[in-house]
Amino acid sequence: MSWIFVLTLAATAYGFKVLGLVLVGERRLPGVLDRCLALIPAALIAALVMKDTFSVGQHLQIDARAAGVGAAVIAAWRRAPLIVVIIVGAAVTAALRVVS
Amino acid sequence: MSTGSLGDVWHDERLRPVFAACATLGVAVGVFAISFGVSAVGAGASVAQACVMSLLVFTGASQFSAISVIGAGGSATSAFGGAALLAARNAVYGLAMAPHLQGSLSTRLVAAQLTIDESTAMATSQDDGAHRRAAFWITGLSVYLFWNVGTLIGALLGSAIDPTTYGLDAAFPAAFVAMVWPQLLRRRSAMAAGIGATICLVLIPFTPVGVPILCAALGVVVGIPKDRQDPT
Repeated sequence: MSWIFVLTLAATAYGFKVLGLVLVGERRLPGVLDRCLALIPAALIAALVMKDTFSVGQHLQIDARAAGVGAAVIAAWRRAPLIVVIIVGAAVTAALRVVS
Repeated sequence: MSTGSLGDVWHDERLRPVFAACATLGVAVGVFAISFGVSAVGAGASVAQACVMSLLVFTGASQFSAISVIGAGGSATSAFGGAALLAARNAVYGLAMAPHLQGSLSTRLVAAQLTIDESTAMATSQDDGAHRRAAFWITGLSVYLFWNVGTLIGALLGSAIDPTTYGLDAAFPAAFVAMVWPQLLRRRSAMAAGIGATICLVLIPFTPVGVPILCAALGVVVGIPKDRQDPT
């Protein structure tokens, strides 16, 4: 692997990270943009949960993760503390992998 | 408000769950980082290259993608393309975090490096500006620490625990569910999440990895009309 590759990727990754922060900066945004930007985490994090739970590369797959994340959803709904939700998700997934 | 005000919330009880979650998630991040260090060296990177990647790229999905393409004998161009696509969503997170990360230019340039899935999601779990900012920094810095220490260990050690053994791969979506949960109690956010999740699932089989989550950002269109019952 070349250093040029490592540094180009680093510059690109940082460029993306800084782009969003710089584009918006400290300026006051019109209400409509404010409302839409506030919804970004909900839309993207929900998508990320789907990807992490149901995909392997470009394939959709239902496996032990689905049960673990399902248990985590129930724990979150029952207002369990964040740390409990994380442990429930990992433990249920691991347990299912052991028995299957 | 700048990070100087972080001192005020440091002893805040409401942030204890954030610290506890960061410590737990840190274990999962560390184990994945060790596995990254091992794969990177296995794919032909030097220990220094693996560590510089984690220090400077600091986007787990991109790094794993780059290493796996190169390890499989792919070209640097295709490795770069896939990795860049996966890094692009951090720009979208930046748009959402910008209003909460005010401060000096240097503070924001550092904040940019920490703008990733975990820090954005954890910030979202808090319901006012000061706590969002604190949650962002606590999470970003702790993931940075665990990710880089883990990479170094893996690169030097050359052998890793399989993260799937302990279900650590499921620790991340489980954490994200809990972090985004408070948002889902609002109608608009729940709609945005539903649309984002659906777009992602539909696109996964048909688009390159990284694209489905970018396209999920379209879910924010539900924020266009004014809504008296649910001002956001």
